[in-house]
Amino acid sequence: MTASEASPTPALAGARIQRWTPLSAGFTSGFGVLIVALAFVPVVMGASVVQDLTSLLTLVLMAVMWNALAGYAGLVSVGLQAYIGLGAYATVWFALHGVDPYVAMLLATLFCAVVSIPLSFIVLRFRGAQFAIGTWVLAEAIGIFVSFDNQLGAGTGTSLIQLYTYSPTHREHYTYWLTLALTAFFVIAVFLLLRSRLGASLQAIRDDEGAASSVGVRVVAGKRILFILASAGCGAAGAMTLANILFIEPTSIFSVNYSAFMIFMVLVGGLGTFEGPIIGAIILYFIQQQFGNDGTSYLIGLGATAIAFALFIPRGIWGLVEERTGLRFMPVGYRVRRHAPDSGGDP
Amino acid sequence: MTWVNDVIQGILLGGYYGIIACGLALMFGVMRIINLAHGDIAVLGAYLIYLLLEHWNVSPLIGLLPVLPVMLLLGYLLQRLVLQRSLRSGLLTPLLATFGLSIVIQNVLEQTFSPDVRSLGQDTGSLVTAAWKINSEISISALSALIFGAAVLIFAGVQLFLSRTNAGRRMRATAEDPDTAELVGIDSRSVYAWATAVAVAIATVGGLALALRSSFFPYSGPDQLIFAFEAVVIGGLGSSLWGALLGGIVLGVAQTVGAQINPEYSILAGHIVFLVVLVSPRGGLLTLRSARGARRAVPTVTT
Amino acid sequence: MNAARAEQSAEPQLVIEQLTLRHGLLEAVRGVSLTVREGETIALVGANGAGKTTLLRGIAGAHRASAGTITFDGVDVTKLPGHRRVGMGIALVPEGRRLFANLTVEENLSVAVQRRRPGRWTVDSVIEAFPMLQPLRAQRAATLSGGEQQATAIGRALISNPRLLLLDEVSLGLAPVAVEAVYSSLKSVIGEGSTVLLVDQDITRAATIADRIICMLEGRFVLEGARDELTREQITEAYFGLHRSAGVGA
Repeated sequence: MTASEASPTPALAGARIQRWTPLSAGFTSGFGVLIVALAFVPVVMGASVVQDLTSLLTLVLMAVMWNALAGYAGLVSVGLQAYIGLGAYATVWFALHGVDPYVAMLLATLFCAVVSIPLSFIVLRFRGAQFAIGTWVLAEAIGIFVSFDNQLGAGTGTSLIQLYTYSPTHREHYTYWLTLALTAFFVIAVFLLLRSRLGASLQAIRDDEGAASSVGVRVVAGKRILFILASAGCGAAGAMTLANILFIEPTSIFSVNYSAFMIFMVLVGGLGTFEGPIIGAIILYFIQQQFGNDGTSYLIGLGATAIAFALFIPRGIWGLVEERTGLRFMPVGYRVRRHAPDSGGDP
Repeated sequence: MTWVNDVIQGILLGGYYGIIACGLALMFGVMRIINLAHGDIAVLGAYLIYLLLEHWNVSPLIGLLPVLPVMLLLGYLLQRLVLQRSLRSGLLTPLLATFGLSIVIQNVLEQTFSPDVRSLGQDTGSLVTAAWKINSEISISALSALIFGAAVLIFAGVQLFLSRTNAGRRMRATAEDPDTAELVGIDSRSVYAWATAVAVAIATVGGLALALRSSFFPYSGPDQLIFAFEAVVIGGLGSSLWGALLGGIVLGVAQTVGAQINPEYSILAGHIVFLVVLVSPRGGLLTLRSARGARRAVPTVTT
Repeated sequence: MNAARAEQSAEPQLVIEQLTLRHGLLEAVRGVSLTVREGETIALVGANGAGKTTLLRGIAGAHRASAGTITFDGVDVTKLPGHRRVGMGIALVPEGRRLFANLTVEENLSVAVQRRRPGRWTVDSVIEAFPMLQPLRAQRAATLSGGEQQATAIGRALISNPRLLLLDEVSLGLAPVAVEAVYSSLKSVIGEGSTVLLVDQDITRAATIADRIICMLEGRFVLEGARDELTREQITEAYFGLHRSAGVGA
């Protein structure tokens, strides 16, 4: 028996590990340009466009956050509406105590991040079905607790009256800019997280937790960071929702329908991809715009679409695109580039 | 003494929760599917029975008889046409598929029947108002007793089916290891379809119970779903089927006792008990957590 | 050879053509072809990961074929689901036994009854053939010893009265005494005229009951021949892939 030499096989000799492709570099800088461009929308466009975009951005934020938890930590949550509600009500609370409403929204986001830390120690003990149901019931319980507080409007609801000190136009613009800033912040945070060492370990966790743990990946710590991030992001989304619709009440702001929409957006767009949730949010947004006034027919269509995707396109739209073309707009993965002349180039 | 009455009422309420939990537990135990449309299916059953009442003056309890086979067929087709496919792509896709189904059912019901709240209690005559007064503070309504009795019968029936019949054994084998089940000649798809069919039929009984003791409208589903979940988890996710009934009873008692303290606290009390059980070392009344806090990987539908 | 076997042996019982089986993107079985006559006993050997288990599972219907065909008794079964193949007479005793842990021995046997073919094996006759199981009938399979589990697993496959019996690593994890017992009961089964395809790490033992030996490496057949024709050296070399001799059926 001959011993094999320790030299690399010819196939990999001279290979480079590459993170950026021309396409992804182009797209990422394009993303930056997009954010700047979006910032100018209120200056150029009318009120209804601004409000619509605010709603769209909020959807994007929620979808990206749910995907961060489910797609990267493997935790299917049906309870992120707990933080949407907490973010909204915390905003009211801070505003009631004299803080400027927009600062209150930022504080509320922070509040959600802080609250999620002790909750994570309870909730991260579960996986799978227990995690899903547990987070849902927790959200319901928190909603009921909040509905007991008379200062916060109890069961009938409350509004952010402090916002009325601003003129309607200013209110829309400031809300829009804050939404844009927060959405961009959290999307970039997820992006950076995925590119970091933590990101690689997170994808390892998602693919095979046991194997990841056995090579030293700190599984629970990774999940906790994502949990806190997703909670904070949803808190921000809740604050933004309050700012946009001005009046909230416990049953609707803590409603499981938010989770339902998040699940829809991410699964239709592409679970575990970076681009997927954004696409899913855009799709849901358009569906709502087109059919939102049709009442039940629109919802039946939504449900039927969800079923169709579950059966026929389980990897979501972006998952399909990625599979077929290997396209990645955002450089969150690694590519091996060979120097051999006959190597097929990556797109 | 009113506490005693509360506990008794809670136990009886637990019978109802047990019924809606039973089907959910069966589907989860056999296929590891959480059917997010389970509550809506129960409500659909109630509406079908209501339809018979409206058009042909059929009393709800009688109306259950023709509706059951319809729902059995519906459940069978649901599994074969929709859920079976979604099983292939992992555990999340059934979630999405059943969520989609839930939305479709709710809105089709609203379009067909209007969003009015209804109840079928008044159409069963004396059954709803009859009660046994045990003493000045304790009284047991005939309806609650009937529902509780039905729950016990249903659980006993399913349990007997699983442990004594060949079809039941095949179902248990498939629940444990569908891959090997195929290798010994068991048609796993057919087993799954029957499990769903039975789960849907039991949910229909639950829907009738809801309609009789309380009220329903097109969007009642999700609330019933949460109660069913809580009952299953309190009883223990990986335990025997009876755990779901036990869990339902604990949930019922928690809610009625909570209501004593303050009517607004009723449902919250149930949530709190659920969360406490979820977090506790045992993880459920009839289960045992493994050392690392993770539940036994395969919930078994055991005898 | 009895008269019935002489009649049947004209047509091959099992014909596999260019069968390819994948695990995701990885080809575990690459374009394998094989012809088996009724009543033959074939030993399939090879190192871990060679593709033996996947091949058996592919024949039994537990693993979908990406390419190629499987014909049994002249019928194309490539697309037939596993439980239907049982009805046609193919039964697999899976690697690791894979009993239904929470079912009793009796129940493990009786769940296989639904699609059994007519024949001498029933729950009772299986227990008769493996007397050690008699006191264990009502016991949960999880509590049995390795040898008892193996007996149950073989019995479970026998209940369908298979004409082609596939055995995957039946001696794995068993004490030598238990292995002896398993193999001696196998000999009586084979004596009945069934076709047997047997995978075993223990080449020597497998060779004692085999008519033909096939060696697999990296998803292909690298050596094939009648038991008497092949030498130990040939088998060892093929097993370890030392000579990559022109294998049959690659």
